[in-house]
Amino acid sequence: MTETTTNAPSRPGRLSEFWFYFRENKGAVIGLYVFAVFVILAIFAPLVAPHDPIMQYRDHLLQPPVWEDGGEWSFFLGTDAVGRDILSRLIHGARYSFYVGIIVVAIAAAGGIVLGLISGFAPRWLDTIIMRIMDIILAFPSLLLALVLVAILGPSLTNAMIAIAIVLQPHYVRLTRASVMSERTKDYVVSARVAGAGIWRLMFITVLPNCMPPIIVQAALSFSSAILDAAALGFLGMGAQPPTPEWGTMLAEAREFILRAWWVVTFPGVAILITVLAINLMGDGLRDALDPKLKRS
Amino acid sequence: MLKFILTRLATFLPTFFGVTLIAFAFIRLLPGDPIIVMAGERGVSPERYQELLHKFNFDKPIWEQYIYYLNSVLHGDLGDSFVTKKPVVEEFFALFPATLELSICAMIFAVVLGLPAGVIAAVNRGKIFDRTLMSAALVGYSMPIFWWALLLIIVVSGKLGLTPVSGRISLMYYFKDPTGFMLWDSLASGQKGAFASALQHLILPTIVLGTIPLAVIARQTRSAMLEVLGEDYIRTARAKGLSPLRINGLHALRNALIPVVTVVGLMVGTLLTGAILTETIFSWPGIGKWMLDSIFRRDYPVVQSGLLLIALIVMAVNLTVDLLYGLINPKIRKR
Repeated sequence: MTETTTNAPSRPGRLSEFWFYFRENKGAVIGLYVFAVFVILAIFAPLVAPHDPIMQYRDHLLQPPVWEDGGEWSFFLGTDAVGRDILSRLIHGARYSFYVGIIVVAIAAAGGIVLGLISGFAPRWLDTIIMRIMDIILAFPSLLLALVLVAILGPSLTNAMIAIAIVLQPHYVRLTRASVMSERTKDYVVSARVAGAGIWRLMFITVLPNCMPPIIVQAALSFSSAILDAAALGFLGMGAQPPTPEWGTMLAEAREFILRAWWVVTFPGVAILITVLAINLMGDGLRDALDPKLKRS
Repeated sequence: MLKFILTRLATFLPTFFGVTLIAFAFIRLLPGDPIIVMAGERGVSPERYQELLHKFNFDKPIWEQYIYYLNSVLHGDLGDSFVTKKPVVEEFFALFPATLELSICAMIFAVVLGLPAGVIAAVNRGKIFDRTLMSAALVGYSMPIFWWALLLIIVVSGKLGLTPVSGRISLMYYFKDPTGFMLWDSLASGQKGAFASALQHLILPTIVLGTIPLAVIARQTRSAMLEVLGEDYIRTARAKGLSPLRINGLHALRNALIPVVTVVGLMVGTLLTGAILTETIFSWPGIGKWMLDSIFRRDYPVVQSGLLLIALIVMAVNLTVDLLYGLINPKIRKR
């Protein structure tokens, strides 16, 4: 096989061009900073958190945050019903959310991209089979399908992640297939084919890089929906199990105290909202910077 | 148009069989012997075991089991609940109006606020008004609605005491509910205060379930409006000296509505997902709560058939939206 490496001159400063457009969107930059803080907290949680997240301080049950009457500096955001420090639990909870986001997006994107590429290049019958299977998955409301999958697999964070990845995957398949369809007939692909590139090379080296922008945007968006779905499953008792300091699970445990101790309910939700919001802001910025078609001048 | 309808139906059928296959596979994928799982903790005698095995066709080859299952589904027989012993279909349609009523109210809430918000943001593009509205929309879009519900309960029900915390109507009222739609039935019952009570119970669940659709509609309307406002015919309308209200409200919005309507139509899945969370928190007796309770109670016939019925509803609505879209937009039909 004769391999012709097309040494296209790499465009100077592709990354700086990206950064230029990304920076124009102020919200996206704020989102990026917040996300960076979230990642740092997740990585260094044991060093940053003032207390052990599952340590129960029996003398400090349902203690309010520091600015309320009865608050203490050592328990900045107060304690929950069994005396665990809420701030420490939130910081450790960032780990679980980050972990969920990374794993779910990795599984869903890897599977979805491969299936989408196959679907785009395959003969029509195989394409039809793959796309119909994706239609079937999409016919179920996502949370319901995830709940049923967890019922089959058994409630745990790992199983919740598998279920969410399965539910999110069809979006990647559709997106990749659509990009492949529009790229496949372009001249550069035809010339690569004429030059003797095999089907795998065409799929992964020639076409895939040009399909990436919408997939990257989708990855950002599904990172945030993975966090939301995992928290929802945790809230319904089908995700991470107590005493894991997962944000959704924390909310579920706090439900019975909503009218007595507002802080046990408020802070985990604020943590989820801020994280998801930051990622969605970043996703908007990524779309502006990566997808020229959607760029609104 | 006939060809368009036929091709759409042709994609509907395989999906339908796929969905029945998943519902069929569900009980068989559960860990352990399905009969033992169904019998629960009480256990079952060997004779009864054989009897049940035969009754549910578990003693036949797997493909034959599927044929039997498909046959009973097509005849409308979806099995009986373990817990209540009532047919699943009967339970489903008794609870469905509650979910439908809530979903319709949530959608009305989302459209009534989302459309004007999107239009106003687009017209004032880049100004502080636009930014504020779109920031709010993004917050709504990122909202963990189960937390939002708890927060609203704390503030609106707890601190302000304005709305009840759960249920569909106060226990003080009792009347027959022939339609299952509480607003209508309470009005028809003629009892004083019943309608007001039903309405009060509906407020918070409506806001919670409508929040994400509201954000999506506002964002979608804004981008559709921006696209349309750049068109030539809008410039012509401006040149003719038409008032901004007439241009934005009549000329632009009418064309911007097409993508928005599609998004609204395709939001059934989102609504049903939201309904599981909303109904659970507000003890709203609809199919979302029913499904979740059944999963916890291990009432597998209910989970299996509920899954099937919900998927069929989503598919039917999506198909209808598709066909309607083809009807109003001939370009789609050609594809």
